[in-house]
Amino acid sequence: MTQVVQAEAGDLSIFAKKKYPLLQVKGLTKRYGARIGCADVSFELWPGEVMGIVGESGSGKSTLLSCLAGHLAPDAGAVIFETGAGPRDTVTMPEAERRMLGRTDWAFVHQNPRDGLRMGVSAGGNVGERLMAVGARNYGTIRTAALDWMARVEIAADRVDDRPAAFSGGMQQRLQIARNLVTGPRLVFMDEPTGGLDVSVQARLLDLLRGLVRRMGLSAIIVTHDLAVVRLLADRLMVMKSGLVVESGLTDQVLDDPQHVYTQLLVSSVLQV
Amino acid sequence: MSEYTFAYLDEQTKRMIRRALLKAVAIPGYQVPFASREMPMPYGWGTGGVQVTAACLVPDDVLKVIDQGADDTTNAVSIRKFFQRTAGVATTEATAVATIIQTRHRIPETPLTDGQILVYQVPIPEPLRFLEPRETETRKMHALQDYGLMHVKLYEDIARHGEIATAYAYPVAVEGRYVMDPSPIPKFDNPKLSDSPALQLFGAGREQRIYALPPYTRVVSLDFEDYPFAPTKAAQNCALCGASESYLDEVIIDDAGGRMYVCSDTDYCATRRGLGHRGAEG
Repeated sequence: MTQVVQAEAGDLSIFAKKKYPLLQVKGLTKRYGARIGCADVSFELWPGEVMGIVGESGSGKSTLLSCLAGHLAPDAGAVIFETGAGPRDTVTMPEAERRMLGRTDWAFVHQNPRDGLRMGVSAGGNVGERLMAVGARNYGTIRTAALDWMARVEIAADRVDDRPAAFSGGMQQRLQIARNLVTGPRLVFMDEPTGGLDVSVQARLLDLLRGLVRRMGLSAIIVTHDLAVVRLLADRLMVMKSGLVVESGLTDQVLDDPQHVYTQLLVSSVLQV
Repeated sequence: MSEYTFAYLDEQTKRMIRRALLKAVAIPGYQVPFASREMPMPYGWGTGGVQVTAACLVPDDVLKVIDQGADDTTNAVSIRKFFQRTAGVATTEATAVATIIQTRHRIPETPLTDGQILVYQVPIPEPLRFLEPRETETRKMHALQDYGLMHVKLYEDIARHGEIATAYAYPVAVEGRYVMDPSPIPKFDNPKLSDSPALQLFGAGREQRIYALPPYTRVVSLDFEDYPFAPTKAAQNCALCGASESYLDEVIIDDAGGRMYVCSDTDYCATRRGLGHRGAEG
């Protein structure tokens, strides 16, 4: 504890020692009236780790992710995040702080880039928004950062003043990722990041994501129904069904030797070419 | 005169508006909701300003009404007549003599003084509205002081035009807290908002909001470090009075592209001409 307090803000080396989990989820429950969104979910996420959450439509994956990211208020449970100044329960922290966390240490990549981008604002403005939200007030600096991040997600620099509406689906998704990563978050929530893209674009996006996650040492929670995506990106896997976690473990272990009946069904349902 | 309550509105309505005004003065820049009444004029003609003026007027007030700086345009004339008829107050065109000035989209050139009240007519009070259409969300952004989006608008201006092209309704931060839309005054007038000895009240009738700047409130126009805020005006001097420091209207005077630049503040221009100042065509 004292170690964490003494460390300077932004110094990530203490987390590299892997002494504390980055995120601790305890008994997270969300109900929609009598229906269960997700029930009694507990897990720990360590720095640099990528966790996949798979399951069929309606299994509570997205509800869980929204609760973790603070978009939905859970009915019970705690989401304890290791901030620079010690662990905090993000469920009970004031909304102003949670919002600040949402644009500094956290990032959220929506399935539909239109949900995560401002369609009426240029690509550069989209990437710069998070910087301006945390107090950047120098146009030149913001613009340089925007151009740098567009290059990192392979969008040509001459598109910086175009609106996302003029971009293809894959470019929009890459722009959304750039917009999210520009403030150097430590934890990224992704909701079906490759959904709705064609296969070749998916492959490119996955390649890009894998590179960014590894290079920046990001932790990520990826919700998807695509087992190939988790095989490629995730270290660990949680399988959900009807709002409950039915199986979890190392990705390769779960996919190669599924124990639960539903996981076995899921793995055997993957189409082979 | 006797057919109307003093200043048209009934006493309970005026009390309601005064309560909103007190709250607005207590929290500079915060938009206070109020139960805006139907007024005998269309929305967009200053129903908000008229209600604020009606709530502030007392019988020995001297009222001045300007529209884009001019005392003699339709909007200004009809509102002035409205209060002459319903309140019987004295009216004037001289900024220095007036105790209440209702204005549409300008701040008078003559510096305001202690004890004066400037009432603005506001069409859209929410500075974030065109960036974030949801009222629930903009209220939350104000509550959490979440104003990054305002700079996104200025960023877009620079990216598209090479400079901050917003020329009117230029957003300001009040006492380092609330971001406020100063109503569609030209950004030339923005510096006059800050540290003014006069009380400044803003009324938006259709949107049902009142906000205020108490005297001597610090008001800062938003900008970037490398693109600082700059008030702008036409480069010419007034064709009638020769003033170089006042905000000018461009008036097209024939079909051959002829134009002249004149002070938008008619009282300021006439006063200068009375003192013997003459412009190129004066």
